[in-house]
Amino acid sequence: MTEAVVIPMEHGLLLAAILFSIGLGGVMVRRNIILILMSLEIMLNACALAFVVAGARWAEADGQIMFMLVLTIAAAEVAVGLGLLLQVHRRFGTLDIDRANRMRG
Amino acid sequence: MLELGLFYIAASVALISTILSVTRYNATHALIYLIISLLGSAIIFYLVGAPFAAALEILIYAGAIMVLFVFVIMMLNLGASGDNQEHRWLQPGMWILPSMLCLVLLGEITYILSTGNHALAGNVVGPKAVGIELFGPYVLAVEIASMLLLAGLVGAYQLGRRYMVDVREDDDLEKEADADADRDVEGDAV
Amino acid sequence: MADFIYLIPLAPLVSFVVLFLTLGKMPKRLVTVTGVGSIAISASIVFLLGFEYLSQLDPQPYAVSLYTWMNLGGFTPKVSFYIDGLSLVMMFVITGVGLLIHIYSALFMFEDKDYSRFFSYMNLFVSAMLLLVLADNLMLLFVGWEGVGLCSYLLVGFWHEESANGAAARKAFIVTRVGDTFMALGMFLLFWHLGTLDIQPMVEQAGNTWQTGDSMATIACLLLVGGAVGKSAQLPLQTWLPDAMAGPTPVSALIHAATMVTAGVYLIARTHELFLLSPVALNVVALIGSITLLMAAFTAMTQTDIKRILAYSTISQIGYMFLALGVGAWSWGIFHLMTHAFFKALLFLGAGAVIYSLHHEHNIFKMGGLRTKLPVAFWSFMIGSAALAALPFTAGFYSKDGILLAAYHHGEFGPWFWGAGLLGALLTSIYSFRLVFVVFFGATKTQPEAPAGWGMAVPLIVLCFLAIIGGQFQLPVTSVFPAAAEMDHSGAIAYITPAVPIIGVLIAYLIFLRHSISITGWTESTLGKRLNRFWFSHWAMDWLYGHLFVKPYVSITRINKHDIVDWFYNFVAETTSFAHDISSTTQTGQLRTYAAVMVAGLVIIISIFLGVSLP
Repeated sequence: MTEAVVIPMEHGLLLAAILFSIGLGGVMVRRNIILILMSLEIMLNACALAFVVAGARWAEADGQIMFMLVLTIAAAEVAVGLGLLLQVHRRFGTLDIDRANRMRG
Repeated sequence: MLELGLFYIAASVALISTILSVTRYNATHALIYLIISLLGSAIIFYLVGAPFAAALEILIYAGAIMVLFVFVIMMLNLGASGDNQEHRWLQPGMWILPSMLCLVLLGEITYILSTGNHALAGNVVGPKAVGIELFGPYVLAVEIASMLLLAGLVGAYQLGRRYMVDVREDDDLEKEADADADRDVEGDAV
Repeated sequence: MADFIYLIPLAPLVSFVVLFLTLGKMPKRLVTVTGVGSIAISASIVFLLGFEYLSQLDPQPYAVSLYTWMNLGGFTPKVSFYIDGLSLVMMFVITGVGLLIHIYSALFMFEDKDYSRFFSYMNLFVSAMLLLVLADNLMLLFVGWEGVGLCSYLLVGFWHEESANGAAARKAFIVTRVGDTFMALGMFLLFWHLGTLDIQPMVEQAGNTWQTGDSMATIACLLLVGGAVGKSAQLPLQTWLPDAMAGPTPVSALIHAATMVTAGVYLIARTHELFLLSPVALNVVALIGSITLLMAAFTAMTQTDIKRILAYSTISQIGYMFLALGVGAWSWGIFHLMTHAFFKALLFLGAGAVIYSLHHEHNIFKMGGLRTKLPVAFWSFMIGSAALAALPFTAGFYSKDGILLAAYHHGEFGPWFWGAGLLGALLTSIYSFRLVFVVFFGATKTQPEAPAGWGMAVPLIVLCFLAIIGGQFQLPVTSVFPAAAEMDHSGAIAYITPAVPIIGVLIAYLIFLRHSISITGWTESTLGKRLNRFWFSHWAMDWLYGHLFVKPYVSITRINKHDIVDWFYNFVAETTSFAHDISSTTQTGQLRTYAAVMVAGLVIIISIFLGVSLP
């Protein structure tokens, strides 16, 4: 596909922004830890989308490389986050994040 | 022209499924919707000329990370009680303030973007070009990323170990470890 | 000989350090040798130095500088010693009388368990006093001044197991401290206006800067007088001296009769050129001297404790010295200082012998008829009291006579001062011979033990000699002070002045020995009793100070029992704690709250950036 495709970068970035806000809202509202982690994934994906779209606008590989690094981060973070989730479930018997509030005061 | 239309369709799909994902009561439903959103993102990647990124998105993001989520949800085995919990926890009124904050944020970013310039034509950037860049100027980033993955691996192993292996108390485990050590020593002496 | 000047204060100081570091570990003989020997070294060097100085045809004062103490932006006090006639006389008195008293106390204090502590403090005192009189600048003088104050405290409270002695020591220290503060203020003022504290350059500069009668000179002099009255126990700071008799008798003899209390007199004499610029200050000095000598004389007549009589007598005699300085009879004042040292030390040591033999009985009305049993003490008291009363041909006669005649011929108030001095002389002879007649004559009420040995007798005998022949000394102070006015030895005054003490002795004889005149009718009457109590309490000064200073201060401390300053600091701490309680409510422990706060913060920051960068 060697045709020039005109997809405005701003639209792509706008999409990324909207997805990011939705993810942010999810983090703030949801009480279940799994749902919070999923919302974090949404936010990371939105950032990755922004990188790729911006890189494609300049026809450089840098955007995709940054996307790969974001992917790496997301993977590591999910691994550790789910481990923590298992510990919380073991200790409190529930997945309610409001139960883990001993750092109060 | 066609690509532009496809782009908008894929974008709206991703948007709607994301919104649905965040608002579901059932965790598994939310997960499936999220996967759909990721697929939509992959299509967008392909449309802007980053096929490698599209492939990676599906393979790793949707194929590995989300599957991890699936495993954990299934392991926790929440069932119907999870749904009831969510009904109690997630009330509609709680969406007001976060939505306001997010809308404001969105508005700002929109404004910023609107003062930028239009994109020009973009060519396809294939895997070969990505590879050359990656192991050329960005090789340090590759190394650091691998260390990060190692750290994540170790952390996940440690955090999950007790849960997966056994649920005995720490003291019992220590006693067993000491007894094992003594037996080993005696064994060597003999 | 000038090379060895530093040894004069150094020998006793070294002895103090040695004795203090080996408290209780050295054998008593060694302690005696160290303690007395160091003073002997100082005394011998003083004698040699004096010889050398006086054998010159025209002795020139000189200074020996050891090192510069500090260098602060042009203020460079040095540790340097000044030798002239005045400092030689003072050193002679300090080391000579000091040596005799040290020999005496070697026997007097021998039984005491704190023997080496006593000698260490005494040596420290002598060292500080020598530093005071040798000092070439007011800073070094102040060091010696404070040093003798410290030693006075240490020695008055020597038997500190009894709390009354500690209280007396504290009283002495605190009252003299008030004086020291005035003196420090005076020094500040002098430095500020004259730029130096070295005495000779300072008084020269004062002559250039201030006219005679300048108010600044008056203020500076009055502040120095404030310091002097504290140390020399004059009005209004004399209440500490009678209580300081709680110390051992040699201490009373050395510190509170012969040497420390004369430091104030020395200070005024040393800075006399400054005082000459301020006639007001000189009049004040003379006035203080006259009033004090009368007050103390009246009190001494009613006292019953042998040492307290001598203490009030000391206050009275120093009043004479102040009077002499105030009327410009500088040399006579210093002369009286020297003779007073002789006969007062003699009296105190004699009193010590009496107390020692009577197992620490102090009340004179419980003594009596000791004339035959303690002959050395008796003759010491006779000669000492004769000198004190200024009977003809004793040392005290020449000095007191000189002062009174000089006072008479001075200015418009001269005759008033002379009258006061004369009345004082009358009372002095009455109370001193009252003491002699009550203690040594009449029936024996307490049986004495055998008199003490040679260790105590020899110094007494030496002092007896000095008390008689001391009047013949020609002091080398004429070059130091401006020439006194020619004394008019004619007229009735010259005959009345020596006659009055003899009349006093006669009165005392008739009342206390012959019992021809009975004063019981007078003393038993209501007025007599009131007067007796009034004079006994030293004109109610202790009561006055108690109500004026002590009671308000104690009530203030009672009000401030819950320390106001403490309350302020508690308030600060409690406010911080309260603020912490409020801030810690933001730490809810809820992750979602934190996330929401972070997002809100992000929104605010971006808004600010946008707002700032808007065109």
